[in-house]
Amino acid sequence: MLFPLPKIPFDLDVDENYVAGVQKGNASTFDSPRVRFVMRMPVPQFFANYVGRKLFRFLLTVQGLGAFALITLGVMIKKFGAARHVIRPLVYREISRSGVRLLPMFIFLAATLGLLIVGQTVSWGSKFGATHTVTEYLGAIMVIGVVRELGPLIAAVLMLARIGTANVVELGTARALGEVEALEALGIDPVHYLVVPRVIGMAVGMFALTVYLIIAALASGYLWAFLQNVPLRPGDYFGQLAAALNGLDFVLLACKTVAFGFIIAIVTCYHGLAQPLRLEEVSYATVRAVAQSVIACVLIDALFIVIYLAT
Amino acid sequence: MSASTETSTQFAIEMRGVSVASMSGLNSVIIEDVNWNVALGDFWVIGGWQGVGKTDFLMMTGGMMAPASGCYYFLGKEMPIFEDDRLADRLRLGFVFENGQLFNHLTVSENVSLPLRYHHNLSKADAAEETQRLLDLTELAPWADSTPGAMARNWQRRAGLARALILRPEVLLLDNPLAGLDLRHRAWWLNLLEQLARGHEWMNGRRLTLVLTTSDLRLWRGGARQFAILKDKRFLVLGDWQKAQASHDELVREFRASAVQED
Repeated sequence: MLFPLPKIPFDLDVDENYVAGVQKGNASTFDSPRVRFVMRMPVPQFFANYVGRKLFRFLLTVQGLGAFALITLGVMIKKFGAARHVIRPLVYREISRSGVRLLPMFIFLAATLGLLIVGQTVSWGSKFGATHTVTEYLGAIMVIGVVRELGPLIAAVLMLARIGTANVVELGTARALGEVEALEALGIDPVHYLVVPRVIGMAVGMFALTVYLIIAALASGYLWAFLQNVPLRPGDYFGQLAAALNGLDFVLLACKTVAFGFIIAIVTCYHGLAQPLRLEEVSYATVRAVAQSVIACVLIDALFIVIYLAT
Repeated sequence: MSASTETSTQFAIEMRGVSVASMSGLNSVIIEDVNWNVALGDFWVIGGWQGVGKTDFLMMTGGMMAPASGCYYFLGKEMPIFEDDRLADRLRLGFVFENGQLFNHLTVSENVSLPLRYHHNLSKADAAEETQRLLDLTELAPWADSTPGAMARNWQRRAGLARALILRPEVLLLDNPLAGLDLRHRAWWLNLLEQLARGHEWMNGRRLTLVLTTSDLRLWRGGARQFAILKDKRFLVLGDWQKAQASHDELVREFRASAVQED
């Protein structure tokens, strides 16, 4: 054998276990050589090995992301209010970047979303002679389509595309150029300085943008219905919307959008910051972060559907 | 704090049987059994060819990773210091990276003032006076509002020095500070570091303990400097320049030979 094989990642040998390394300060959850070993093994020849590898990778990713999320939450709580003259402007900048600056694009997409849903619904309604039913239930259809499902999910994907990818590239480049070590040398917690503002900014920005997107999509939906001669007065439309919405919708919408913003920020910051990177690895980290963010958002969405259906 | 994490000595740096791992692979030891004391006010120059682990050794000394084995005390306190409640101890140490390692999204002025603003919770206006003094000292005032990418590496390195000095550390570690500098910048660094070692006005006359690495010991001859070299995983303390010259070590002979050729 040319190279000695490392021990398996979940070896409980205390000297080799990276918990001991973290306690001594010379290892981190995200930089275990054994984690890298599993990530970079050659493609296995057997399907069972391939599935096993994928399972290991999934577990390691979940473990890393979970640890990073807990560390970030811990820092947010422990250092709440610390260095506020430095951190607060960064938070405002992130809210602006993840919120206000994206508003025009979100409004445009909201208008398109309203057109898509109303256009398709009215078209199918007239095709099957159900125009009256469409008129009666258009508000409810918009609530189900826009408020409960497509609005938050589309907002999450857009936020990931515009801000999440930028996070990975910015942090990955900073990591590769040694800026994270520089922060540590200056006694500045990199999670506090680089991650916390992004997490807060994306969570707040995602909630605000989703609300604007939903309002704009509902409004544009009525506009398109009006242009397609659907016999529906504004008062009736808003009455249908109000009847279809309930208190749980507002609570779940708030929780879901904040969760989307939080998880996108965590996944993208994790891939940009947590693993030591070389410059040429930044693009791969971006690809991984986008894929994992999309999967995480869909899983969260599914979880909220289950919660909604169960209550 | 337990007694085992402190020593009563007045050494700035005290290492006993320390081994150093590589930053890029924490399982590989690149320097072994370092026994080294740095007194307050000392000026140490650590020589070695590229790739022997000078940067890793300095990063371990700067507390960015723990020793792979052995005991390391910084100003009597066990290193590395990661706990927030011991941050004040950690900030007694400054670190200057070889390439400055400035934050590219901040201007030079913001880079220099960041540690002061973060640790003392100051607004930009509150930190402006101190920042301006350091920018003047390092001749960086014309670039105050530029981002690091707009400056040459010579000046980026000065900005890294200014950022490390803003908290007025007691010990300053510098990674290969003269590498790649032109003669003018080299003379400026030698002059300023000598002033800092003797007690600069910025440090309120207090002598700064300096430890730096170099791949050319000859640049640092003269003055009250102590020398050591890194070679074949070993850390060899040479002493002052006379003792370094008298050393029979092969690496020191190589340094001397190249000095004769160049002279």
